[in-house]
Amino acid sequence: MDYEGVPGLVETREAFGETTLVVDPARIVEACTHLRDAEGFNFCSDVSAVDYLGWGERGVAGYIGTRGGRDLHAPGSQGHARVPEPKPKRFAVNYHLLAVADEPRRVRVQAWLDDGDELASVVSVWPTADWHEREIWDLMGIGFTGHPNLRRLLLDDDWEGHPLRKDYPVGGEPVRFSEAE
Amino acid sequence: MSSVIPARAAIYEGTRIPSPIPTVLAVDPAQHDLEDILTINFGPNHPSMHGVLRLIVDLDGERIAGLEAVIGYLHTGFEKTMEQKTWWKGITYPTRVDYVAFQANELVFVLAIEQLLGIEVPRKATWMRQCLSELTRIHSHLVWLGTSALELGAISVFWYAFRERDVILDLFEMVTGVRMHTRYFQAGGLAEDIPPGFYPKARAFCERMPKAVDEYEQLLDSQQIWLQRTKRVGLLSAADALALGQSGPVLRASGVNWDLRKSMPYLAYDEVEFNVPVYYNGDVYDRYKVHMDEMRESTRIVAQCLERLEGMEGEPWIADDRKVVLPPREELHTSMESLIHHFKIVTEGYRVPEGEVYVAIESPRGESAVYVCSDGGPKPWRVKFRAPSLVALEATATCMTDAYIADFIAVVGSLDSVMGDTDR
Repeated sequence: MDYEGVPGLVETREAFGETTLVVDPARIVEACTHLRDAEGFNFCSDVSAVDYLGWGERGVAGYIGTRGGRDLHAPGSQGHARVPEPKPKRFAVNYHLLAVADEPRRVRVQAWLDDGDELASVVSVWPTADWHEREIWDLMGIGFTGHPNLRRLLLDDDWEGHPLRKDYPVGGEPVRFSEAE
Repeated sequence: MSSVIPARAAIYEGTRIPSPIPTVLAVDPAQHDLEDILTINFGPNHPSMHGVLRLIVDLDGERIAGLEAVIGYLHTGFEKTMEQKTWWKGITYPTRVDYVAFQANELVFVLAIEQLLGIEVPRKATWMRQCLSELTRIHSHLVWLGTSALELGAISVFWYAFRERDVILDLFEMVTGVRMHTRYFQAGGLAEDIPPGFYPKARAFCERMPKAVDEYEQLLDSQQIWLQRTKRVGLLSAADALALGQSGPVLRASGVNWDLRKSMPYLAYDEVEFNVPVYYNGDVYDRYKVHMDEMRESTRIVAQCLERLEGMEGEPWIADDRKVVLPPREELHTSMESLIHHFKIVTEGYRVPEGEVYVAIESPRGESAVYVCSDGGPKPWRVKFRAPSLVALEATATCMTDAYIADFIAVVGSLDSVMGDTDR
């Protein structure tokens, strides 16, 4: 398939039998509308986000070098076989689209963001994106402009922080009544 | 217009999606000032609620004027937890996510790992996975049938459905050692060989099941109360269902002929014969009909899988890749190499090549998928489940437009969401 006509297309990647379209985050709604209307992606399966903070810094096991040289102190259980490809920005938001038709296809639309950047909401394109975007705001802390109801979805309204971020510690939630007096 | 979508569905011209917020049914502002709007909180713990779901309902008499679903009461942070575990330990978690269709989630995660690893799975494992997936579908549909009918007051169906469900759980126990949360699928194949006693028991089940489905249908379809409470209730058009991302029985009851097992086959679904039941009214009754027909079709698939599996006696059930698959237990006493491999896989875990994949299967609830991202290390960088239950609940507001308070129990039940899957 040829996706040359997608507005704001930065890069097309093929890996593991899947197509990824990297698009300019400023033109995400335009790109999604085009994919829906011109390419037939009438079904939005999923919207999700990944935090790449600390990507490639888990240390390398054995005798394979890191970017900072050979690191023999890195714990082996955390290691890579090789240093992974660097990522352009901290967050990636992935839209997994599906064409429900006689010749079904899937495509992943990817937008890269820095911390604090906001993305335009695609609820107007696919109503199902409503809760997916709320979940991303809740757990990853990426805001969506133009979302009609951007509140936390899974956690309490007064929760602090966004747990799926890599700098949110495991076991970081406060334990009630833990301060013995 | 494709043949998958019925001709009368104009996509994106949703007639009933209460804009601008598709998941909230807002009270008409003109009505809001009137005194007779009563706001009631259902749940999160309510006897007729499907798990810990909370619905805030605005009532105008008995009519539902506004509705909002609040979820998250079962949020367990599975996705965060799985980032801390090695890939092979992580397989334990997906089964707990959707605890009614446990093997579907287990399967989708294992398939994702295998796609990244590029590992070849023996055909015996593929067929057994398919066999167990279909048993899981029947199991999940039976739980759905029993609880949904129970919520509408039909208690006897619940007992009958759970009688058959118990037979399936016995089969799971025989194969995997546990009744639920089996963790039987490994990257590369199955954890253990199939016990010989499985085939006769499973065959007996396949004989019995279609008759059992007929019995449930007789019980319910001859029941006026059941028919009146389910027909023309909780309507969802094909266009709205697609726009709201519905999949599985909900989508097929709205007239869309879409099943990933047929449209984008995985495992060996292109080698078995089965039909995809499609109904066109988009009401609770049609969703019930889809579930019933699917149980019959799944039984057919199980029977075909058993036939194929019985011809594979003595074949390997897991790939022979020592970097990923645990060596056979008996080799540990004689082979130093095997001991090292065993030790490395158990302590450090196998490494999965860098990359990202999105793998989807047709679970009992629809498109159940997992997006996994690996940095090339022994632990996943990110795991995200596409939960069909979460998406199904997005449709509550649309289904409930102009409904009555008594209908809403039937409607929420018919969407078949499992709160563990919704909240993860």
